[in-house]
This record gives sequence, C-alpha cells and structure tokens, in this order.
Amino acid sequence: MGRYRSPVFPYRSLGASRARRRVVVVGAGPVGLTLAIDLRLRGIDVTLVDEDDTVSSGSRAICWAKRSLEIFDRLGVARPIVERGIIWNKGRVFHRDREVYAFDLLPEAGHSLPAFVNLQQYHVEEVLVGRAESVGVELLWKHRVNGLDLRDQPALTVETPDGTRILEADWILACDGARSQVRRLMGLPFSGQVFEDRFLIADVHMQADFPTERWFWFDPPFHPGGSALLHRQADDIWRIDLQLGRDADPVEERKPERVIPRLQAMLGADKRFELDWVSVYTFQCRRLDRFRHGRVLFLGDAAHQVSPFGARGGNSGIQDADNLAWKLALVLDGKAPERLLDSYDAERGPAADENILHSARATDFITPKTEMSRLFREAALSLAGEHAFARRFINSGRLSSACVQRGSPLNTSDVDAFADRMCPGSAAADAPSGNGWLLPKLGGRDFTLLRFGTEVDGPLASVEATSDEAIQRYDAKPGTAYLIRPDQHVAARWRQPTRAAVEAALARARGHAA
Amino acid sequence: MNPDDVYEALIELHRGLDDEASKRVNARLILLMANEIGDADKLKRLIAAARQGA
Repeated sequence: MGRYRSPVFPYRSLGASRARRRVVVVGAGPVGLTLAIDLRLRGIDVTLVDEDDTVSSGSRAICWAKRSLEIFDRLGVARPIVERGIIWNKGRVFHRDREVYAFDLLPEAGHSLPAFVNLQQYHVEEVLVGRAESVGVELLWKHRVNGLDLRDQPALTVETPDGTRILEADWILACDGARSQVRRLMGLPFSGQVFEDRFLIADVHMQADFPTERWFWFDPPFHPGGSALLHRQADDIWRIDLQLGRDADPVEERKPERVIPRLQAMLGADKRFELDWVSVYTFQCRRLDRFRHGRVLFLGDAAHQVSPFGARGGNSGIQDADNLAWKLALVLDGKAPERLLDSYDAERGPAADENILHSARATDFITPKTEMSRLFREAALSLAGEHAFARRFINSGRLSSACVQRGSPLNTSDVDAFADRMCPGSAAADAPSGNGWLLPKLGGRDFTLLRFGTEVDGPLASVEATSDEAIQRYDAKPGTAYLIRPDQHVAARWRQPTRAAVEAALARARGHAA
Repeated sequence: MNPDDVYEALIELHRGLDDEASKRVNARLILLMANEIGDADKLKRLIAAARQGA
C-alpha cells in the first residue's frame, strides 16, 4: 500500500562525541520544522534532530486551517502547499439518507487564503524540509534522543549511526509528538480523557467527482449506527473515517477483506478504488500541566493531544511554533527578558484547553455514551432540517480557527471603544491592501504599527491600511492604530495613540514589567 | 397561562406513543424549549432544579 514515495534525507554526522548547540528542536514533524524555519528566519542558529530520515507515513494531519496557512505564508511556504493541496471552505452534514445542513467557513470575500487546504502531512513535511534546508537549519537525521540531563547544562544523549553522541543545548524545544521521548525522559504526566470508540481511518485512491467539501454523516444507510467523514486530499487520495464502536477488533478491522466491503457500501459497489493506507485508532484528549520547564519547552502533540474532529491537532501545533519563535528570538538577542517565554505557556495553555474542550465535545457528540445522550442527538438531528437553531447543537467537529488569547499578560486592555472582532489577543485579520494583501505586511522580525490615516511619531515601522475591508474588519476610524506582534497578533489598539501609549504597550508585549 | 391546560397538553403529547417514541418527543421538546428560553444562566438554573428531584 501507499502510492507516495518518501524521500530519504541525507544523514550527516554530528562529528565529535560531544557537541554544543544553542537551540535544539527535537522532532522534524510539521511543528518542529515550522518552529526551526521561523527561528532561522529571525536569525537564530537552529539544530533539528529526528530519529528517522524521511517524512511521516500514512494518514495523519490533512486539514490545514487558514491561520496555519497564514503562518506558512509568513515563512514562505504557503504557495507550494496551497498549489498542491485541495482548497475548501464548505461542508455538509447528513443524517441517515438526507442532508441536514451546509456551512461555509469563510463567508466573506477579501482574504488571500481559504478556510482550509487539505494536503497529506508527508507532502507538507517535504515542503517544510526543503525550506528548512534553504534557510540554513542544521538538520540531523537519524539522531534518536534517548537520554536527557538537566542537572546543569542541558544535554541530550542521541543515538546515531556513528554511535552515541552528547548534544548540549541551551534550549530544547520538544516537538516530538504524542509519544514524546523528551516528555517521557522528564517523567512528566500527560493526563486527560481516552475515548473508547474505535475509528477506521482509510486513505483511498480513486477518481471521483464529489465536490471538494467536508462531508460528515450521522448514522448513514451505508454504515448504520456509526458516523462517517469524507475529505478529498491531493493526488486523488480521499480520506475516510468510519466509526466502528467500542467492541471493534482493531486487528480484524484493519484487514482489507473487512475494510473493502465497508468502503464499497459507502462509495458504491461498482466504484473502483485502491487502499492507500488503513489504520484503526482510538482518540485521546490530554495535555501537560505546563508547556515550559525551564530551558525545555513543549509544542504540538508533545504538549497536548486532541481527537481529529475539528482539525485541531496539527493546526494548534503550528500556532504553538508561531507563538514561541519570536519570543525565543527576542530573548536570545537580548531584547526581551527570559520571562517572556512564560507567556508561551500563558497563551498556548488556554488555547490547548479550548482545543481539548471542542474536540472532546465533538467526540462525545459523535460517540454518545448513554441512551439519553443518543436521544438528545437524535432530537437535535431530527429538528435541524426545519429549525435553524437546532443545527447549532449538531457537533461533527468545531473546525479550527485561531484562538483569541484574551487573558494574555502581553495584551494591553482597550481604553477606547471598539468592536470585539480584533480585540487584543486576536490573530490579525487579512484584507486587501494595495495590489496585494495586508497580512504579509504585518509581523516579521519586529512589531508593526498598523495605522489608519494618521502618521504616529513612534519607535516602530508602520503600515497603513486603506481598503474598505480592512477598515470594516478593524473597526477603524481616521487615527485608529493597532500594535501588531511579530506573530501577527494584536497586542493593543487605540483611536488616537500617543507615543507614550505605544511604547508602554510595546514594553508589556515584549515581557518587560508594565 | 392556565396550568391545567398546560399540564393536560404535556400529557396529551404522549397519547398513543410507546416509551421510546415518548422519550424522543420529550428530548425534542426540551431542545425546543431551551431555544425559546434563550438564556444560558436561566437554563442552567432550571437544569439544576430538575436534577435536584432525581
């Protein structure tokens, strides 16, 4: 099985038996690669170690949300991902043999990037590895972490084809996934909820003309009593998730003679398809209590894990990287105090809680545990055709959108009256700007002042926005200005900012005591 | 609102239904009423009051 031919990346020896690096990222998945590229583009030397010498295999993250695409764009990799992937904004929910409702995740025009692009994780990783190489990330393939010493100078023990090496690191950034070795070596509890229902995940190669939308079925005729999810990916690969229930045998259910009839029931007996990947999963929602442990920080699945409904796993990890990179770069450049890194936990901890809450609720809705929860679900589904309000109870996954970091210690609270949409802690909204787009002009190496009209005498580079969409989205009037962080999040906003107000907000957002 | 009329209507709702159908109808009614109430705090107070009797 598997049509995709994985690349093999060149192994380079670490050389001496003991080496020292400033920043070591563990794990070359989408999160580790994103983080390494972001740090490198901020002028930081980065070493990335991974136990393997290729990309991931099988069906893993597939749905890249708008915010992830915006981050990829900032890092110079959105274009190949969007071009290779499948763009989608709409979804449909079915109950038994009828459509209950359809939704549009990006109902307004004037955005450069769509709500979602579907692309197999291995393709995304291949693009990211190419970018990491070209920006000068030191990539150490076939370096498997199997020891960690944090008593004095942090040091990793790594197994390589040339034997054991000691890799000292000032900073260790653990992006090594749900089964994080770094987390295990530190003995940190990873606790939460395990869902008992098993799901069949299949990648199928076929020519099909289903629209490029997310389709979700509750109790469909082709799979009575279960749920089904269909997503299109690149290369005529379709991802299908089928709920199998609690008693399903994970070994039996993976066998083609079991899988093919299930898929034939769904796709039609005469539909020609090939299995590209099959697995049987149970889902978990878990997190570390804290994402920063001194010189070790955890990102992505190493820090928090969710069920796949809502596409909140890979996307939240990309946002973790986006959040940490600029902070660590400022600290390493001596422009911010080390405690700025505590705001990584203060911002991404609540984001993880939000993702876990949504994903756990969706999983509960999809796999009702009691007769009464099944009854309420039936009630919501049976009302939803006729009563619009009931559609909002139906939870087939609340799809990933950028978390609003409302309580962040880096935010400066509003002193002027504004609409809520772009409140401090929000990811900046895109809008048309000149012949291009607003977002690529924001973020980057330093903070930016986004202004509407008036020039502000201040310490920062400023960008002027004039499009109607920008004025509306930012609730702007002449004189309005937004302080935008290097990760394109709003730190503060004013109707008529003074230089002193901008400087105070900037100091706070850089982690200096306010 | 006449309480006897309301009570009778609730009982009448289930006339001729078996237990399963009655449960389904009740669940639909609860969701419809929750929407009419339209106030999460008020609804949570009602939920807590109902649970107290269980």
